[in-house]
Amino acid sequence: MSMLETLFIPLVSGLLACCAMCLYRIARGPTAPDRMVAIDVLGTLVVGFVAILTAITGKTYLLSVAIVWALISFVGTLALARYLGRSNAHD
Amino acid sequence: MTETLGTTVIVIGVLFDIFGCIGLLRLPDVYNRLQSATKCVTVGTCFILAGCLILLGSVSGAVKGVICIALILISSPTAAHALARAAYWSGVEPWQGSVVDRYKQDLADVSEGEGTS
Repeated sequence: MSMLETLFIPLVSGLLACCAMCLYRIARGPTAPDRMVAIDVLGTLVVGFVAILTAITGKTYLLSVAIVWALISFVGTLALARYLGRSNAHD
Repeated sequence: MTETLGTTVIVIGVLFDIFGCIGLLRLPDVYNRLQSATKCVTVGTCFILAGCLILLGSVSGAVKGVICIALILISSPTAAHALARAAYWSGVEPWQGSVVDRYKQDLADVSEGEGTS
């Protein structure tokens, strides 16, 4: 049993705890930008999940999923930021 | 040796992620949360990817992983910048304990310059 397999449960539990904190911020966040920050962080955390999965299975094609996820999360955050910045700034 | 190094780097990355998310949970306003969340989670995820590359040790994995790290290092600060701007424009006030607001001064300077010219 390799070292990473021994540590797999604690590592994934740590990342899941991060996701729980982000979900709490999405549910409670007093303003819309708070929720958007948490959504952005959640997208980055998923890339971390995929990286750990790649390391433990040894399948390199999973890294393509990480690349695409990072790109889509970035574009989504930018779109939301444009929408929110426009709603009050230019009227 | 390689295995120990890679696993250590992954553990460091997960710790960075956890501290960043604790900051997201505990800090007082959206700008502070943005800074903690963006910096710590970006670096943490890059560390996890780097550890994954060390453990894989193959060329195709290395190329994809380096592309992914570069993408995250470029896109995450850009998204944070756009979010901070959007938050400011949508009227979120900084926390009462904040000591300086340079963006407000800049906006005031710009509008003043437009008024006199």
